[in-house]
Amino acid sequence: MSIKKLEPAALNRWVDGILQKQKVYGIQARGDKFVFDQLDRADQLRLDYDVSVTAPKAFLQPPCETLLRFGEKGFESVVESEPFVLFGVHPYDMAAILQMDVVFAEGNPDIHYLERRKNATIVVCDVQNASENVFAGCMGTAVLESGGDVLVTRVGSAYVVESRSARGEALMETIATAPVAGARDLGERKAVWEKNRKLLRRHELKVKPEQLPALLEKSYDHPVWEEKAKRCFSCGSCNLVCPTCYCFNVRDTVSYNLKDGERERVWDGCMLAEFALVAGGHNFRKKKAERYRHRYYRKGKYLHDMHKQIACVGCGRCITACVTKIANPVEIYNRLAEGQK
Amino acid sequence: MISSNTAQPMKDIYLPEPADVLKASPMTALEMFFEFRLASGRELGHMPGQFVEVSIPGIGEAPISISSSPTQKGSFQMVVRKVGNVSGAMHALSAGRQVGIRGPFGTHFPVDGEMKGKDILFICGGIGLVPVRSAINYVLDHRDDYGHVTILFGTKTPADRLFTDEMQRWASAKDVTFMETVDRGDDAWKGNVGVITTLIPKVRLDPARTVAVVCGPPIMYKFVILELDKVGLKADRMYVSLERHMKCGVGKCGHCQVNGLYACQDGAVFKYSDIASVREAI
Ligand SMILES: Cc1cc2nc3c(=O)[nH]c(=O)nc-3n(C[C@H](O)[C@H](O)[C@H](O)COP(=O)(O)OP(=O)(O)OC[C@H]3O[C@@H](n4cnc5c(N)ncnc54)[C@H](O)[C@@H]3O)c2cc1C
Ligand code: SF4
Ligand code: SF4
Ligand code: FES
Repeated sequence: MSIKKLEPAALNRWVDGILQKQKVYGIQARGDKFVFDQLDRADQLRLDYDVSVTAPKAFLQPPCETLLRFGEKGFESVVESEPFVLFGVHPYDMAAILQMDVVFAEGNPDIHYLERRKNATIVVCDVQNASENVFAGCMGTAVLESGGDVLVTRVGSAYVVESRSARGEALMETIATAPVAGARDLGERKAVWEKNRKLLRRHELKVKPEQLPALLEKSYDHPVWEEKAKRCFSCGSCNLVCPTCYCFNVRDTVSYNLKDGERERVWDGCMLAEFALVAGGHNFRKKKAERYRHRYYRKGKYLHDMHKQIACVGCGRCITACVTKIANPVEIYNRLAEGQK
Repeated sequence: MISSNTAQPMKDIYLPEPADVLKASPMTALEMFFEFRLASGRELGHMPGQFVEVSIPGIGEAPISISSSPTQKGSFQMVVRKVGNVSGAMHALSAGRQVGIRGPFGTHFPVDGEMKGKDILFICGGIGLVPVRSAINYVLDHRDDYGHVTILFGTKTPADRLFTDEMQRWASAKDVTFMETVDRGDDAWKGNVGVITTLIPKVRLDPARTVAVVCGPPIMYKFVILELDKVGLKADRMYVSLERHMKCGVGKCGHCQVNGLYACQDGAVFKYSDIASVREAI
């Protein structure tokens, strides 16, 4: 696998080359925030971003996607996806994508997700600036040993670019003659990783992530659920921004001729009041505290019971998104841990 | 016409297959009976207690239990209560029309496992009879594989009773005890009055050789289980079917979660001992 060193100008030339051949969704600035959007020129890339507003999962499970079309001919699968590059994904978001990969592939494989995933080449980029609320360092996702197709790390004024898969290798074809990163560059990259593991801890989790399932197991009736949920608006923002949330709703839309239409899947969230409501009015998670608790259990226990991974990667987006400041997982988990020792 | 596109390399778990409506007839003011056949001619291949997702293009999908026994070949049956969009659109169906079907999904009553050789106690409240009917008829069609069969059925009023003809057949079958009750009677009603739990003490059962199958509205379970516990039935001899909001039926959408369990995959039929300590279950 290649491992190259690129000066900023060379990196831009490489990216501009990719742009000629493939659609690239890259990280770029919008005002003082950052988003993944279609890239037109390499110099729009902002690999120094802190966190993207929307998690890059949106390119694999879009907020709204057509699953089926129906009409005279009946139902038809819609699996529309063309090759694309996702450029600048932070390691914690890549960790979340790896979790989604498991969810959509296991049991009953979901071709809509898997096809899009198959078409995605993901360029991971190590964090250069810590966001306001990131705590990936506590969740073991500040740095990723594997995952994604290419890893780009800023070292000094240059970049170390490493391929991590055959697809990444292909993406790096055009920089085959670029200088190979030397031992010093790799040493510096290691230092970046060490630094990120320490720095991406704006909140300090006082327990190890692997202790969370056991901690939650004992905390079902803890007063914190009621206490915090009192201030919850059930707005679902904490679900929406979360890179590991994938729950969805399905709805039909009919075109003007009242014959043809589409069955779409849209993002949904367990914090929304109607998530567990059934016809007839029975709501299986009627109280705010029940929904509030469910979100933490889902992240820290239920999904872990199934996949042995904590479904929180410490991006901190929910902390920022919650207007009433109650969505900080670290605060909750630390609170549960109090009095446990 | 509803047809499916089979050109896809991998199966699309969300793609319904067309089924023809063979029969659609009202049962009560709210419930309608349906008989379907897959347009491909393929057997549905379900087990008692399983459900399918029924699609009405432009309206949506709804999880509906199969009410017929798999011993009945060539078609399958459902009973649908009109409560909203999809169920409402289904009530407008008539023979000759088509719907989309995905499934069968979920677990089933263990007619092929733990129920074999045992006395069976069926306890159904209201529309809970619909999925259990599949198991009752399966058991009666394999009569020698099971011991004594007891069927308890409760509804709000006599007008809500379903499958009254079939109930008469069950009541007169060999080695079957059939008891009914209504919450509120009317002038013509001569039978039991009271909630379904009042029937349980009237049943003679040997807890050591009995398996209970319980299905009804969410509120019913707690009381029935308490009563079964009183007569000495163990939690691992009770099977319940849990209703939840279900969107996908295939373990993806997250809607049907009962704490860490998925009602659409781990259920809808659960062995009670497996969920007795699951806080959101009952
Ligand atoms: C395993 C299972 C088996 C069922 N078997 C039967 C049956 O045999 N006969 C029958 O009449 N009904 C059955 N139901 C209930 C039936 O699914 C609902 O009544 C139906 O989904 C209502 O949809 P609607 O569009 O008519 O109602 P609306 O009020 O228009 O829609 C209700 C909303 O809730 C959603 N929803 C999802 N799951 C459920 C649910 N379980 N109950 C209610 N709403 C739900 C719908 O998709 C929709 O978004 C069963 C439910 C489950 C989970
Ligand atoms: S729970 Fe919050 S911090 Fe954890 S991954 Fe989701 S949005 Fe990020
Ligand atoms: S963002 Fe905050 S207020 Fe909104 S649902 Fe989440 S916890 Fe509640
Ligand atoms: S119905 Fe979607 S996960 Fe169970």
